[in-house]
Amino acid sequence: MSNVKKEKTVKWGEEPKLSILDALYLPAIASGVATAIRHAVSGKATTRQYPEVEPEIPPNYRGVHRLNRDEEGRVKCVACYMCQTACPANCIEIIAAPAPKDDPHWKDRDKYPATFTIDELRCIYCGMCEEACPVDAIELTSIYDLTGLSRQEMIFDREKLLSVFDETVKSGKDPVRTHRGVLGPASETAATAKQAPPPPGRGRRG
Amino acid sequence: MVKVKVNDIEVDADPKDNCILAARKAGVEIPHYCWHESLSVVASCRMCLVEVGETKPDGTVAMGPKLVPGCQTPIKEGTVIRTDSAKVKTSQQMTLELLLLNHPLDCSICDQAGECYLQDYTYKFGKAQSRLDEPKIQRMDKYHIGEQIALFTDRCVMCTRCVRFTREISGTSELQVVARGSHEEIDVFPDEPCNNKLAGNVVDLCPVGALCSKDFLYKKRVWWLKHAESVCTGCSTGCSIHVDQAENKVYRLRPRENAQAQGHFMCDEGRFGFKYIHDERRLSSPRYSGAVTGSKGSYSNARGKPEDLSFADPWPEALKQARKRIADEIKSDANGFVAVFSPFMTVEEAYLLASFLKGLDRRVRLVLGPVPVVGNDDRYPKGSKGEPPAAGKEKFTIRAEKCPNRVGVEAVLRSFQGEVSRLESLLRQPDARAWYFVGGYPQGWVTDAIASAVGKPSLLIVQDIFPSPLSDRADFVFASASFAERDGTYVNHAGLAQATHAAIRPPAETRADGRLLMELAERTGLFNAMALRKEIGNAIPELSVLAAGDLGEQGVRLARYAQQPATAAT
Repeated sequence: MSNVKKEKTVKWGEEPKLSILDALYLPAIASGVATAIRHAVSGKATTRQYPEVEPEIPPNYRGVHRLNRDEEGRVKCVACYMCQTACPANCIEIIAAPAPKDDPHWKDRDKYPATFTIDELRCIYCGMCEEACPVDAIELTSIYDLTGLSRQEMIFDREKLLSVFDETVKSGKDPVRTHRGVLGPASETAATAKQAPPPPGRGRRG
Repeated sequence: MVKVKVNDIEVDADPKDNCILAARKAGVEIPHYCWHESLSVVASCRMCLVEVGETKPDGTVAMGPKLVPGCQTPIKEGTVIRTDSAKVKTSQQMTLELLLLNHPLDCSICDQAGECYLQDYTYKFGKAQSRLDEPKIQRMDKYHIGEQIALFTDRCVMCTRCVRFTREISGTSELQVVARGSHEEIDVFPDEPCNNKLAGNVVDLCPVGALCSKDFLYKKRVWWLKHAESVCTGCSTGCSIHVDQAENKVYRLRPRENAQAQGHFMCDEGRFGFKYIHDERRLSSPRYSGAVTGSKGSYSNARGKPEDLSFADPWPEALKQARKRIADEIKSDANGFVAVFSPFMTVEEAYLLASFLKGLDRRVRLVLGPVPVVGNDDRYPKGSKGEPPAAGKEKFTIRAEKCPNRVGVEAVLRSFQGEVSRLESLLRQPDARAWYFVGGYPQGWVTDAIASAVGKPSLLIVQDIFPSPLSDRADFVFASASFAERDGTYVNHAGLAQATHAAIRPPAETRADGRLLMELAERTGLFNAMALRKEIGNAIPELSVLAAGDLGEQGVRLARYAQQPATAAT
């Protein structure tokens, strides 16, 4: 029974039969040359003048990572290792530590990333990390032109990733995903938790 | 045995079982928080509510009118348990919803995430949404609960397992429930923290992430850890344990349930006493006196450049030289060759060394090295004044003998030379010319008496994990492995032979003792504990139970000890 069903969903393609003319490839070559000549004489250049003219990058582009800051400027990441677990390229490495409880600035936080490194060379920019993040701390920005002179330079640490956040916030190039709506309850700080609950049907609620 | 029906599955159950255990035998999980096999029953969490009925003599089934807690309900012939009815499922959902009312959604920073019963049961039996629109109650974390324990108060589900543990197993009663109703909290009396020697167990007992181990806090997410079944080497109780490691580093030890060995628990001494295996003072590579570059005993590599030693494996040459020196010494004076066996050796290692040396000459003397004994056996539960329990009432015992395998090593020595002599008896009139010392002790073990009695022998071989006065002047130093790095068998004080499995690899240029001794004895093949156990079982009558090879998770009791009742089986 299930076999029959499966077969119906499979579409079998047939190899197109070539006529003698097609098999010579000459018509195809001729049409290709014609296209090239048409472009050459039309006067409409399609070459991008990069890097003098930078391309418009869509805001949902998945480029260099950033680590977001919370309202108080602290790193938003809670070191839950979800991104490291989800990462298919094993390029994220976190070392967690208890938040400095004596510091009044960190009083409401239990755990934070003492180090957070991403190997930007090993990363495949799939976006699984930001999907896994329960507090929306890691995001992929639309920065696409990442270069470096050494491998070491391309291993981004926590401060570097935070500076990417500062840079993108300043330039107004936040990823669209930042504004997708109400965050999960896990990302609430003590201050926001006391606010009225979001209207039903919006965002994730636990 | 009585016949019980669980969700239409008929099983034979022990009449002493409760509904949870009977259902477990049928392969049906009844979720529970407050009930634990070795603690008293309080039936307070209401998670295990099930429908229970009985079979009437005429064959009809009469179900009870309301749900009953499975942990508290005994079974009898014809008991019928239903866990899959709509009534039970609704009750489980409601119980979980209530437990989660004020439970913070901080799984992302909770150490228990991944091995949390609240997570697991919510996934299996709960519902995905909370209907609570009020802000959750937030409580202060309590880091003062104990030296090793932190309490994240708002994660607690008030199962009181920890409270009952300190009352019933350790007998120290530090933890209490304070206040009532929704203000209930676990707490200690002011300045009376929970620091008893079994305190670490409350972290394992806690079904949620309320009680966390400060030692392990935020060190590793549990899903990265790999587990090896092992045996604690802290004392001769030989608790069954799990060694949890990631990337070749041991992060924690957890007790593994074994009624024959220790029950459900382990002591803090053992639990946190593993740190020495990552000590940087450990011996890192073999060393021998002849090893001078360019002269005899130099390292050599394929390219034949003596100055480039980076790829050379020092072991084959060290073992070859040692083998030659041992043979020479035994040839000149076999009676003057003494091998000192450590009670930290596994049975297999003791057998390998004994059979190697006795194979060279029967007159070689084998002695048992120092057996560390600290104080007296520490028995639990303690009474109200801290006194130990009456004999036979023990629920857990920390033994004074701080080594895992004296019984096993003695059995091997007895079979090779009829009697077990101690190193101490030899020290009074040292007449040995050559020594083979095996260490493996977590702390320094070479006393002045030993060091001076050894003096300047013509051959001194030390196989150990830490440098000592003996290793400093030894002709050969074999850097060996800690308990977490080797396979083998330990026999505890009650004659229970348990298999231990390597959790991590030994450091780069050290060798697990079994492999080292296999190569020293020039035995063919690789070290395989299971194959060796079969060989030992056939060769040594006292250890004949090892002939099975596989000792299972619980271990096997030696024949001479088989009559004794299992101690501390809770």
